[in-house]
Amino acid sequence: MPTLRLSVNGREQVVEDVETSTPLLWVLRDSLGLVGTKFGCGGGFCGACTVHVDGKAIRSCSTTAASVVGRTITTIEGLAHEDGTLHALQEAWIEHDVPQCGYCQTGQIMTAAALLSGNSRPSDADVDQAMAGNLCRCGTYNRIRAAIHTAARKGGSA
Amino acid sequence: MRNQYLQDIIRDVETELGTHQLKAIPRRSFIKLTGLAGGGLVLAFHLGESSSALAAQEGSNTFAPNAFLRISPDGSILIYSKNPEIGQGIKTAFPMIVAEELDADWSDVVVEQSEINQALYGRQAAGGSRSIPSSWDELRRAGATARSMLVAAAAREWGVSASDCTTAMSAVVHPHDGSRLGYGELASKAAALPVPDGNTIALKERKDWKLLGTRVTGVDNHALVTGQPLFGIDQKVPGMLYATYDKCPATGGSVRQANLDEIRSLPGVRDAFVLEGNGQVAELMPGVAIVATSTWAAFSAKRQLRVTWDESGASKDSWSGSVERARELAKQPGTETIGSSGDVEEAFSNAAKTLEGFYSYPFLSHATLEPQNSTAWYRDGTIEIWAPTQTPQRGISSVAKLLGIAEDQVTLHQTRVGGGFGRRLMNDSVCEAAAISKQTGAPVKLQWTREDDMAHDFYRVGGFHGLKGSVDETGKLTAFQDHFVTFTADGKNPVSGGNITDSEFPAPLIDHFRITQTMLPLGTPCGPWRAPRSNGIAFAVQSFIHELSEAAGRDHLEFLLEILGRPRWLDPGNTRTLNTGRAADVIKLAAEKAEWGKRLPEGRGLGLAFYFSHAGHFAEVAEVSVDANRKVTVHRVTVAADVGPIVNLSGAENQCQGAVIDGLSTTLGLGLSIEKGRVQESNFDQYPLLRIGSAPEVDVHFIQSEYAPTGLGEPALPPIAPAVCNAIFAATGYRVRELPLSKEGFTV
Repeated sequence: MPTLRLSVNGREQVVEDVETSTPLLWVLRDSLGLVGTKFGCGGGFCGACTVHVDGKAIRSCSTTAASVVGRTITTIEGLAHEDGTLHALQEAWIEHDVPQCGYCQTGQIMTAAALLSGNSRPSDADVDQAMAGNLCRCGTYNRIRAAIHTAARKGGSA
Repeated sequence: MRNQYLQDIIRDVETELGTHQLKAIPRRSFIKLTGLAGGGLVLAFHLGESSSALAAQEGSNTFAPNAFLRISPDGSILIYSKNPEIGQGIKTAFPMIVAEELDADWSDVVVEQSEINQALYGRQAAGGSRSIPSSWDELRRAGATARSMLVAAAAREWGVSASDCTTAMSAVVHPHDGSRLGYGELASKAAALPVPDGNTIALKERKDWKLLGTRVTGVDNHALVTGQPLFGIDQKVPGMLYATYDKCPATGGSVRQANLDEIRSLPGVRDAFVLEGNGQVAELMPGVAIVATSTWAAFSAKRQLRVTWDESGASKDSWSGSVERARELAKQPGTETIGSSGDVEEAFSNAAKTLEGFYSYPFLSHATLEPQNSTAWYRDGTIEIWAPTQTPQRGISSVAKLLGIAEDQVTLHQTRVGGGFGRRLMNDSVCEAAAISKQTGAPVKLQWTREDDMAHDFYRVGGFHGLKGSVDETGKLTAFQDHFVTFTADGKNPVSGGNITDSEFPAPLIDHFRITQTMLPLGTPCGPWRAPRSNGIAFAVQSFIHELSEAAGRDHLEFLLEILGRPRWLDPGNTRTLNTGRAADVIKLAAEKAEWGKRLPEGRGLGLAFYFSHAGHFAEVAEVSVDANRKVTVHRVTVAADVGPIVNLSGAENQCQGAVIDGLSTTLGLGLSIEKGRVQESNFDQYPLLRIGSAPEVDVHFIQSEYAPTGLGEPALPPIAPAVCNAIFAATGYRVRELPLSKEGFTV
């Protein structure tokens, strides 16, 4: 089975013996120990597995690891700034006490981060559209919306 | 399923706490001090019932290491939270209660999940909205006892009377000069003092609370937003293998034949084998285990698995068949009477108006976003488990029984739980992981797919209500009748979540009522689903009450208040029963905040509903519009609640908002079809949970009455379905009698 070289959170990672059909999700979780990216449905319906590839939010459960070789992958573990300070969205999530069970929230934040990087002051409609692929089973949507707006006000596109 | 385990859990969860239990808190307080290596005060708090267990601990020199409120000389305060965190916020709320009585500065507090230890902690479970009411008193006493010892230590140091000292922000304050001794400075000295009887310690008066009732962000939030490994699915142990488990899609089927040799030859697969199971659906049913070197290898192999099932003993359930049968049955009163008073027939014949309606609601999945999983490591007659479960203590006893080992050979680590909703009251994935690890001889993480999770739930049972009611010339409700058609697994009792009682609103409040029941056979496993039974009954009954108020030409608010009558307890002396005064107050508050009676444009309406469950009084108003294409928009939901004093205002609002969205999701589009014993829906494309664009604003208002606090995980859910359906009626004149709305041609 092939060996893959992946760029994850600014580091080159060599992953051996990866079956070509393996979704990026399971390489991140099982091989690289980056378990902040969650498994929810395996079909791209829930968004719990959202990561960035070249800055765009993608569903890692439905994207093979082999297809993202040579591209820049960012997971929730790599979202904070290099000095360790949190991304404005992470701060806003804490400030608004968004999580209930918290399982979906890393995927929510990754989708929101991609949104803010292309739209620094999104409207409610922009938020609803961008976040439509991320389910929250606990129903924290109102707080997700509020936290995204707070982060945007504080310059969260960076 | 005849299953003692399931029945025990259901009894645990559904049995309301009687006041005798709440009053029975004069338990023996038990505090034990041990020396810390670095000095410091260690207080174990357990105000439990098992005096023999307590005596055993008292006699020993060391404690089980985690059952403490721990104050270190550096001033840090470690508080262990004992119950599973499933999204209900208990890991923040419990320590807040301790910290309030301790008078701790919240920024000094570090919270950790406790070990599972029944002797030390008593009940450790998440279910029935019972955590706060069950633990309120013991947690307050734990904090207050520690505080009194710290005060005593400071008083001795200063040579003043302890009763003259005060405390604030993790320090004791000198009565005369205002100087302070921090708890850290006092910890070692306090540890040397005799332990007072916790029941003699005065608790704070509510007016003196500083932390309770404020907004505190969840203690795990930083770890959550940075993706730390908190959940069951995130656990990893050295040498761990990855497993899947395939069971018959019709519950009760067993393995006749499977292509095991072919599966064993697939890439990454270490083994594949059949487990016969113990026949207990909440423990271990027959199936095929595949053990592999990665999750993906296991999932991929599962797709190649071909099993011939013996379905002779399996469920043959058909939802469509049940609907037809129930519709016929509901035309007549049921065979079994649940409760009655007065003479409904006489009342109906004397009424100015009578009305009938047939209501139905479907089976539901819990659909926790974290699919079922557990990690287990069986070695030499002992087993270690990491599991996201709502009932860890039951998990331990089940695994011990299943593997034939003593319970003290089972260690279960509580992980954070990626959604409970009642699903993880069952420890089926825990038992499966344990059995697979034992057979494999290696640590194993069992991971269910979403499809496994949808196919093997303990579903919210569907139900049917043939309702009849009447009003007199003045428009007053005179009689109410419900023929509840439900399901039974054993032919004797309704399945879990499928029961009704004679105290169902409005029965105990009117002169003439009759509630009867008929049970249809069922093989599909059912279990508690957020606000069991209330989540369905509220829709049917509170919608029908609105039908009656409309038929009487009455304002619904006025009609509801009239039914409630003068303020009183339904069961005097039992503060966990309906109080008509508290009910009226939340109804009036919800109406006021939602501007009940305001003029709205064509196609837009307000709907009001009330429900009492889990000792919580809730009223909700939904503002809904429906367009010409039957597209429903829920603009705003107003919640008014009385659950007594609020522990964490942020968490409490979050629970109410979440319960409303959950109930709305269910109302709008969720339902399962079951044919040939198989649930037909397999993933979120067929089970369309509400998405952000359809989520309304949810305004939450608490009446913080003086009664003891009650739980919040569940009671905000039941009123939303009837509130929305009553609003649809107000907007369109169309009465929704079948859920979900998508079945009636509505879209969102």
